[in-house]
Amino acid sequence: MRGEQASSWPSHLLARLKGNLPNQVYFALVIALLIAPWLINALDQSFYLDLLTRALIIAIAVASLNLIIGFGGMVSLGHAAFLGIGAYCVGIPTYYEQFNGFVHLGLAVLCSALFALLTGLICLRTKAVYFIMITLAFAQMLYFTLVSLDEYGADDGLVIYQRSEFPGIFDIENPTTLYYAVLLFLLGCLYLTHRMMHARFGRVLQGCKHNEQRMQALGFLTYKYKLIAYVIAGTMAGVAGFFLGNFTNFISPEMMDWTHSAELIFMLVIGGTGILFGPVVGAVLFLLLEEWLSGFSVYWHLILGLMLIALVVFGKGGVHGLLSLGSNRGSQQNTTT
Amino acid sequence: MDWQLLITQMLNGLQLGLLLFLVASGLTLIFGIMDFINLSHGSFYMLGAFICSSITAKTGSLFIGIVLAVLVVFCIGALVERLIARKLYQNDHLDHVLVTFGLILVFDTLAHLIWGSQGRIISLPDSLNGQINLGSLVLPSYRLLIIGAGLTVAIGLYFLVTRSRLGMRIRAGASNRQMVSALGVDIDRLYLIVFALGAALAGLAGMLIAPITEASIGMGNEIIIIAFVVVIVGGIGSVKGAFYAALLIGFIDTLGRSYLGDLLALFLSSQNAETAAPALSAMLIYILMAAVLAFRPQGLFPPSNS
Repeated sequence: MRGEQASSWPSHLLARLKGNLPNQVYFALVIALLIAPWLINALDQSFYLDLLTRALIIAIAVASLNLIIGFGGMVSLGHAAFLGIGAYCVGIPTYYEQFNGFVHLGLAVLCSALFALLTGLICLRTKAVYFIMITLAFAQMLYFTLVSLDEYGADDGLVIYQRSEFPGIFDIENPTTLYYAVLLFLLGCLYLTHRMMHARFGRVLQGCKHNEQRMQALGFLTYKYKLIAYVIAGTMAGVAGFFLGNFTNFISPEMMDWTHSAELIFMLVIGGTGILFGPVVGAVLFLLLEEWLSGFSVYWHLILGLMLIALVVFGKGGVHGLLSLGSNRGSQQNTTT
Repeated sequence: MDWQLLITQMLNGLQLGLLLFLVASGLTLIFGIMDFINLSHGSFYMLGAFICSSITAKTGSLFIGIVLAVLVVFCIGALVERLIARKLYQNDHLDHVLVTFGLILVFDTLAHLIWGSQGRIISLPDSLNGQINLGSLVLPSYRLLIIGAGLTVAIGLYFLVTRSRLGMRIRAGASNRQMVSALGVDIDRLYLIVFALGAALAGLAGMLIAPITEASIGMGNEIIIIAFVVVIVGGIGSVKGAFYAALLIGFIDTLGRSYLGDLLALFLSSQNAETAAPALSAMLIYILMAAVLAFRPQGLFPPSNS
């Protein structure tokens, strides 16, 4: 562990924030998220419920990205595509007046898993820079496909007039219900990730991140493991897209623009890659920051950009330095590199 | 077949290809020599267009505008290299993606602050605004100028890379970085020059296209992705590869958009062809890139010895 790297402030601060927190803090975080709607409704601040719902939806996508970047070491720059797929799986059926939520959800799972499988088969033949570029290429392909589909609004997108229906179970038109549905799914994803990373599958995946050749020499079919992780991550993000479509009541190809994929990576890095709760922290912080900064200037992207640059340049050893600080706990305890 | 349309489309493809080459040549060198993923390379393209529009508006001369703006963008590129990129060459690619994404946000917002949210038009002098008649063919003279300028720069770059001492070092750097620095070449200076030169070339491309499309925020984010496709297809670090790949992609993209519908109509009903063609033509270059990455990941024309 490179303890000296804790000296410069951002890494130090962030390491405190995410790396060395005891489990009780995460427990408190979950409790806070569980009682948040009650508190927000009591204070009559429904705006914050919206903000928090959005943050948790994005957190699902970031958590899925964490699975492949943080644990698997596969830097994907096309992850927003899965969000888009999930959202279009709500928008297109609704356009044909099919409002059944199970159909929407089923389609979202199926389509995103299939897209992940097909592109993953090709993408995972490549490594490093090439992997970044090819995931980007596939996301762009999908983007342009949807831009050219005039039937579904092309560039302008589609308005979703009605949220998915789950008759007799719950009604996600109610913001609080939607919030709990999202939170439940997010916690489910995090639990799944936690279990996977402590099982053989996760160990192999993390092994691939640090030294794939050695894992192959040990006899693991690393390609297969990475592909499975990629499909799981894609499917999770697809479901996040399903929620996003329902939440915003609007879909457009712009949702899968590559800059959004970069934003997802940014959130992951703020929260800490390879840390179970990192995505939740990152997504909530990012959206609060966005809300707060855009409140007092239309030029808030400037501050965001400068922060991003400072985080990488002055956090000693860049993001990697932060990583090795944060990796001391939780599922990464056996990292020695 | 409409020959006049075909020739016009060929020229458009050539024009797009040459502009892509100007952006991609710097990108491929930065990629190949410094192993640095520069997502913000498109920002130089945008900045070039905006700075040129301001200088042209002040001085009234497009020529002075282009010359001065190229110098300014060269300096901005050098600054970015010195202050930010240089510190990160040894880091992993995730850092590069993040920091250059931050740079994009900064440059886009600065452009918004300085030039406003509206696009800026660069008006052409009358001498360039005309048309040239070749028999039945009518060609806008400015487009021919772009093609001429693009070819000139490409040839100049070819001689720089293959015949000069600097070019020798650049090529050596693209093939084997460690060996070049071991032989005592001042690698820091080489990096600085390559980065700034790449920025200036991307800026030049932005300036050349701006009189046709206007300078706008976000123009860089559109071209950078296609430029990456060019770099991957051509082979990382290969200027020659970038040249061929840029022309290939310029032609595929332009001709695909105009003729794919007719082509598909041979196999499909005209209704289906009409719906499928725009989607497919926009996807063509990405399909090409995916195929190259899957079957020949080193690119079609990789630099020698790598």
